[in-house]
Amino acid sequence: MQDTHFRPGREWRLVLPVAFRASIPVLLGYTTLGLAFGLTLVAAGLPWWLSPVMAVFIFAGAAQFMAIGLLQRGAGLFEIALLTLLLNGRHAVYGLSLLGPFRSAGKWKPYLIFGLTDETYGLLTTVKAPPHVDETKFFAAITALNQSYWVLGCTAGSLVGSALTLDTTGLDFALTALFIVLLVEQIRAVKQWEPYLAAILACVVALFVSPRNFLLVALAVATGILALLRGKIEQRAGARRPDSGGSA
Amino acid sequence: MSYILLAVAVMTAITYFTRAVPFLFFAKRQPPSILGFLQKYMPPVVMAILVFASYKDIDYRAAPFGIPALVAGAATALLHFWKRNVLLSIVGGTALYMVLVRIL
Repeated sequence: MQDTHFRPGREWRLVLPVAFRASIPVLLGYTTLGLAFGLTLVAAGLPWWLSPVMAVFIFAGAAQFMAIGLLQRGAGLFEIALLTLLLNGRHAVYGLSLLGPFRSAGKWKPYLIFGLTDETYGLLTTVKAPPHVDETKFFAAITALNQSYWVLGCTAGSLVGSALTLDTTGLDFALTALFIVLLVEQIRAVKQWEPYLAAILACVVALFVSPRNFLLVALAVATGILALLRGKIEQRAGARRPDSGGSA
Repeated sequence: MSYILLAVAVMTAITYFTRAVPFLFFAKRQPPSILGFLQKYMPPVVMAILVFASYKDIDYRAAPFGIPALVAGAATALLHFWKRNVLLSIVGGTALYMVLVRIL
């Protein structure tokens, strides 16, 4: 609890190796994906510095990838804002299980919240801090290491992409693959057909109504369908899992 | 240039907001039930729509008839159901796609 017993430098030296070991899977993932992001961004004709800037300030893989296409076609700020909100809306769940652990985080709390990506959340909720060290520092080390990997990958990708003329045709499929992976994760977690039916119906409607504003229309229609089906969906979810109480 | 920076600022603010929601609003009180519902059921909807959107602009009437994207997408999904390794699924699916668009 009290970190006044420790000399600060020594405590970081205890925390960092453990945090680094825990973060190695993220190191592999973020440098690879960041590289793909930087290459795709430069190939789309956007300036190379945008890649590190986004990695430092936004730090959200799926949203950054999505932004490439939006910026390329000069999408409106409102559309960018709404799509970011919907895509990153899933992050709003993460904090709920970290309210307690972050309560004593003090000056680190804003940064820990900033860094709550899918992968950081996954680590913070599964890895244990080594004994006798301040949990906040352990969390901060993991978050900062993860972000440094992402910045490294994104920067390297855009630099390599602008220095060499690589044939990156097809690399932009990484975004589609990322969405498919996230969808598979959702199918594993939400074993009900209503959300997917709502999504498909909404997509078909959006194709006919306004292909230009496809995402906005599809999301609006899907949200409407979901709201209409709420009672039914929750009833079925309850019937499926009679013991459902706390877990969300 | 200023458009790009403005867009980055907007995305930074919105992303931070989504991550801060529980700390801002629910540190002391229970979240309303509709939020719990949306938290659970919006992500599958959003992801399904984003996958659909990735496939909607492909020309399926001209060669290669969308085959690279469909095959690589199916491979990505199967790989992820099987191994559940995010990096493996994305790198594997993308590599397959890059090969297919070159040979088909």
